[in-house]
Amino acid sequence: MLEPRDAADLAGIVADAAASGRKLELRGGGTKAGFGAPREAEVVSLAGLAGVVDYDPAELVLTVRAGTPLAQVQALVAAEGQMLAFEPWGDPGATIGGTVAAGVAGSRRVTAGSARDHLLGLTAVSGRGEVFVAGAKVVKNVTGYDLPKLMAGSWGRIGAMAELTLKVLPAPREVVTLAARGLEPAAAHAAMAAALGSNAEVSAAAALSDGTVLLRVAGFAPSVAARCAALPGLLSEHCALERLEDAAPLWHRAMTGAGLTGAVRWDVHLPARAAPALIAALPAGAEWAMDWGGGRLWVCCEAEDEAVRQHAAGLGGEARLIAAPEAMRAQVPAFQPRAKGVMALEARVRRAFDPEGVFATGRFAEDADADAVSA
Amino acid sequence: MSIAMPVPDSETLAKRARIAQALRAIVPGEGVIDAPEALTPWESDGLTAYRQPPLMVVLPETTAQVSAVLKWCHAEGVKVVPRGAGTSLSGGALPLADAVLLGLGKFKRVLEIDYEDRVAVVQPGVTNLAITQAVEGRGFYYAPDPSSQIACTIGGNVAENSGGVHCLKYGLTTNNVLGVEIVMMDGEIVRLGGRHLDPCGLDLLGVVVGSEGLLGVVTEVTVRILPRPETARAVLVGFPDAEQAGACVAQVIAEGIIPAGMEMMDRPAIHAAEAFVEVGYPLDVGALLIVEVDGPAAECDFLIGEIARIADANGAVTTRVSQNEAERMAFWAGRKAAFPAVGRISPDYLCMDGTIPRRRLPDVLRRMEELSQEYGLRVANVFHAGDGNLHPLILYDANVPGELDKAEAFGADILRLCVAVGGVLTGEHGVGIEKRDLMPEMFSDADLKQQSRVKCAFDPELLLNPGKVFPVLHRCAELGRMHVHHGALPHPDLPRF
Repeated sequence: MLEPRDAADLAGIVADAAASGRKLELRGGGTKAGFGAPREAEVVSLAGLAGVVDYDPAELVLTVRAGTPLAQVQALVAAEGQMLAFEPWGDPGATIGGTVAAGVAGSRRVTAGSARDHLLGLTAVSGRGEVFVAGAKVVKNVTGYDLPKLMAGSWGRIGAMAELTLKVLPAPREVVTLAARGLEPAAAHAAMAAALGSNAEVSAAAALSDGTVLLRVAGFAPSVAARCAALPGLLSEHCALERLEDAAPLWHRAMTGAGLTGAVRWDVHLPARAAPALIAALPAGAEWAMDWGGGRLWVCCEAEDEAVRQHAAGLGGEARLIAAPEAMRAQVPAFQPRAKGVMALEARVRRAFDPEGVFATGRFAEDADADAVSA
Repeated sequence: MSIAMPVPDSETLAKRARIAQALRAIVPGEGVIDAPEALTPWESDGLTAYRQPPLMVVLPETTAQVSAVLKWCHAEGVKVVPRGAGTSLSGGALPLADAVLLGLGKFKRVLEIDYEDRVAVVQPGVTNLAITQAVEGRGFYYAPDPSSQIACTIGGNVAENSGGVHCLKYGLTTNNVLGVEIVMMDGEIVRLGGRHLDPCGLDLLGVVVGSEGLLGVVTEVTVRILPRPETARAVLVGFPDAEQAGACVAQVIAEGIIPAGMEMMDRPAIHAAEAFVEVGYPLDVGALLIVEVDGPAAECDFLIGEIARIADANGAVTTRVSQNEAERMAFWAGRKAAFPAVGRISPDYLCMDGTIPRRRLPDVLRRMEELSQEYGLRVANVFHAGDGNLHPLILYDANVPGELDKAEAFGADILRLCVAVGGVLTGEHGVGIEKRDLMPEMFSDADLKQQSRVKCAFDPELLLNPGKVFPVLHRCAELGRMHVHHGALPHPDLPRF
């Protein structure tokens, strides 16, 4: 394992790999190493690039090195009454760089945006071994192409982030969960849509397969009280609501898919209105949890086939293969394939950052497309 | 007029008639405009100091026509400049003498509205405000609200990643768009994103938004719509100087409040606006803040109280809370009229658009005042205070020889100042041609080349909107070369395990 200490080290390692035709897998905490196809590549650990560079809460901006543990970043901003609004989550050891590179977002994503929406700027090393910066360290900027958007969710395939600048926001002073019980998937989606479409400013909405619907109301105390009072009336056609204490474990299940069992785990992103239809089409014994008002569906099943992916595609959505036996991961792409023209464009963009394919380790089926572009 | 555009290609100019004929075959009827006198209305965008009639204008009505036009131009090596409503303040839609101006004004339909999933699918020529108008009957709106929203189109908003006074709380265009259909320069039609969140693969949508028409031509947009907040209220607060107003803004945010809008005006801007619209702005203050909160009435009442308390603690000399919708609109009327108001006290003005870390505001205003003295030109400031986006308006008279050049030099110094204090060249107006030559102030050669390589992945012949954004046009083949150092490891001392 290669362990650079700073951006210059990292640039040297990548340039060296590019020159000698080697592949590099970028790694933060390694907590997501099981995502994607089995592969053999030299690992570059970014854990040594850790620490806070600059944090001025009143500017709503935090600059931090990529290998800084996510938990440490969250504790830092929480101490100032702030938060990463995209509600990132991960196993112990997850780093901020890995979290952003994987595009992780939690339940608040449906109203507050994802990692992509909160990554303002970065210093990174391209596959050419060159250090470059993109974006900036202020909250509002349109200068040049928005390369941070490309980097968030890129899984280390266009560059190695050394330093990230993130937007931070005030954490709500009070958070209340209202819950409904006994709702079938279609009724759960309708209730969540009504809540998210109301002016009661529900910040997150999730549903579990036992029929529980969770609505999160967050903000200043007088506002939370008024909205909690209004919501039962706004949703009277759909369900009865009760205030739920200690809702964190239920939110955790909806947000992460924790508690679902089955050897194969899918993360389906789809138009929320299509979630009930996808659930209806699941193979017998499959388990699920809905987040983002139905826009994200965690599915666990035993079946090692791609029926979930085909159904998702038919409904205008996409399924990521999150966990599966190695043999399946070797065969089934982690990402749902996109249209041919989009895949070709993605391959050209990857090559624009990584002409030698240093980061194309074979973890993703489309890594081969980029080889075809450069050939 | 210090910004030079690429030298027109004489071969393209020579085959103008043939180009018009070919485009007419694709877009019949009135869809191609090439009579010289008819090109005058198209010769500039919102950056009116720069004018250039296009080679010709083509106004397609379907995606298939856009694709065919681009494909033909690509094959013939003819440049294309896309245009929405032409409201860009940075020259993003400035025509080129040897380029076809591709107007999307006929793409005016709202295609679909899904209230349950809160998305609208619209054509690119739909105006920003028309999206809100299409959904407001059901209590929804489209959040980004650039000040040109009655005229600017959503396609142009996507190209420019437009903001507005509410973007601190609700985000820029990029945070409110789920998907686009674009046509690339070679005529290929691709759909990026969709109606779901966080699609698989690289976030190409994210880089297309804000690409200033250099990567593709937008032919359809899927946006998120939001439920209209129950109520909105505004507070008008006067301070002796900008430093206190800035401290107030910082404390509002430090106390956990993200207002829907937080605008600051300096003394010249206050006086110009009040003289124009007479809304009762205090004239004896050095800085004026308009702070708007929206949401449930209980929240607005609570936050208004908090903001008034914070304003008081920071030395506010006047505090007025809007008592009704008419009064709230009046508070905004002056701010929204600030640009035309300045237009009344000066024959011409340049509107700048830097963002700075807010804590540097007092230094930046002081230095700007010194520059104003040095250049002998007045400046008025309006400021999206919540997110640090500064709009200095430089007053000049284009009829005085050399004064435009002086104003441009003053503006460039202001933007250099913004970058020097840790900010950026443009917060929402885009680079266009206006800030193109200042890009090296913010980005190294390596940074700009990396951005150029993304351009090459979309448009390797550099035919789409050339001369914008990038100060140097590198040929893509040259950018692709990699200088690698074979032999010894560059960092032999690195720990390797």
